[in-house]
Amino acid sequence: MGTQSCINIQKEWDIVGARQLGRDIAKKIGFGTVDQARIATAVSELARNIYLYADSGKVCFEAIETIDKKGISMIAIDSGPGISDISLVMQDGYSTSRGLGAGLPGVKRLMDEFDLISEKEQGTEVKTIKWLR
Amino acid sequence: MDSQFKKIVLENSDTIVRMWVEEVNALKDANYTSSISEELFDSTNREFVNVIFTRIKNVEPAETLEDFAEKLINLGWPLSYITDGLQVFRRVTVDFILSQSEKVDSNHISLVLQSVDKWVEPLIRQLVNEYSGNWENVVSLQRLALQELSAPLIPVMENITIMPLIGTIDTERAKFIMENLLEGVIRHNSEVVLMDITGVPVVDTMVAHHIIQAAEAVRLIGAKCILVGIRPEIAQTIVNLGIDLSQFPTKSSLRKGFTTALEITNRKIVDLDTKVDNLENMINSLHRE
Ligand SMILES: Nc1ncnc2c1ncn2[C@@H]1O[C@H](COP(=O)(O)OP(=O)(O)O)[C@@H](O)[C@H]1O
Ligand SMILES: [Mg+2]
Repeated sequence: MGTQSCINIQKEWDIVGARQLGRDIAKKIGFGTVDQARIATAVSELARNIYLYADSGKVCFEAIETIDKKGISMIAIDSGPGISDISLVMQDGYSTSRGLGAGLPGVKRLMDEFDLISEKEQGTEVKTIKWLR
Repeated sequence: MDSQFKKIVLENSDTIVRMWVEEVNALKDANYTSSISEELFDSTNREFVNVIFTRIKNVEPAETLEDFAEKLINLGWPLSYITDGLQVFRRVTVDFILSQSEKVDSNHISLVLQSVDKWVEPLIRQLVNEYSGNWENVVSLQRLALQELSAPLIPVMENITIMPLIGTIDTERAKFIMENLLEGVIRHNSEVVLMDITGVPVVDTMVAHHIIQAAEAVRLIGAKCILVGIRPEIAQTIVNLGIDLSQFPTKSSLRKGFTTALEITNRKIVDLDTKVDNLENMINSLHRE
């Protein structure tokens, strides 16, 4: 297991920093251009959600390895308002900010593993993994 | 008490300055200012210490604090030179006054600290303000320069305009792109705008949303927006995100987009060589008759 690198999300430009960090780590692990773009886009979505809906939080990356595969794990954590109906926000087109509402379902499709844990008033944690193929 | 401490400091200014210079010199080698020449470093130190002492003496300064700060800023000296210098001054002066005091109890130490802080703090505050004011100035100028670069419009030919986008798009820039696009379409009387995203590193749902809105707004004022320069990896992520771009025209390259723009405006590129060839053929066939 590698070490975790995190980036705090407070200002809009932190999203760019998180994206760069995610892309750098993905590149080091050996992901190709398309998967790098997928990972960077997923980072962008989760980091922006933190910036928009939770004010502040962080995005953490880790290079992971099992017996037969390597990958990158990305976790976005905030202690914002939380999400009460998870199946609702996972629907394409659902948005409370007049956005496209494609962020969370999009991230699920961009990454290989996706897990959303949230509690009202407690915050939100999105865990994702992309495996190297 | 304050005036008494002041008196000690002013009467022994030579000693204090010597101690100060020694410590500041020791800092020089360890860090930032090591590339600065000895002479410049010495003369700047002299100016610095003069500025400090004129403040403490409360006399009309030969060189104002603003002038001194401006000079340092223009020469590109780091702010830490000033903060370190004033910290050293504070420490040296407190030590010196205490060494001159007959009885040193906690009450006395606290009085000395209070006095010296009262001299040094406004200096630090003012110098830091001068520096940060300068930075803010630089940042706002750069922001302006960036804004001019952020959404350029090129009227390549009558009715056809290109907007090449390079770099990250944040909310502010997205707004600027929209404004510039609409204003430009009207000003140049464009029928077609080619929005080139070759240089945009990531197209997430927010960027896509802004592009869709911009294209829609362009349509509402009677022109057509073609999205070009969609790199293969961007095309794939857009599909993964589930964003539907089928509503408006896209082309993989600027060249293809431009050809389409010509078609829309009822024009085409004619190869001059083939025209000459045709002409020659015609002349030849005429000769043969
Ligand atoms: N970190 C979060 N904290 C609270 N609510 C969130 C968070 N992330 C997403 N949401 C909610 O889920 C909705 C859908 O998010 P998303 O799919 O990214 O689309 P969009 O951001 O375009 O609205 C958001 O509108 C918001 O209400
Ligand atoms: Mg979102």
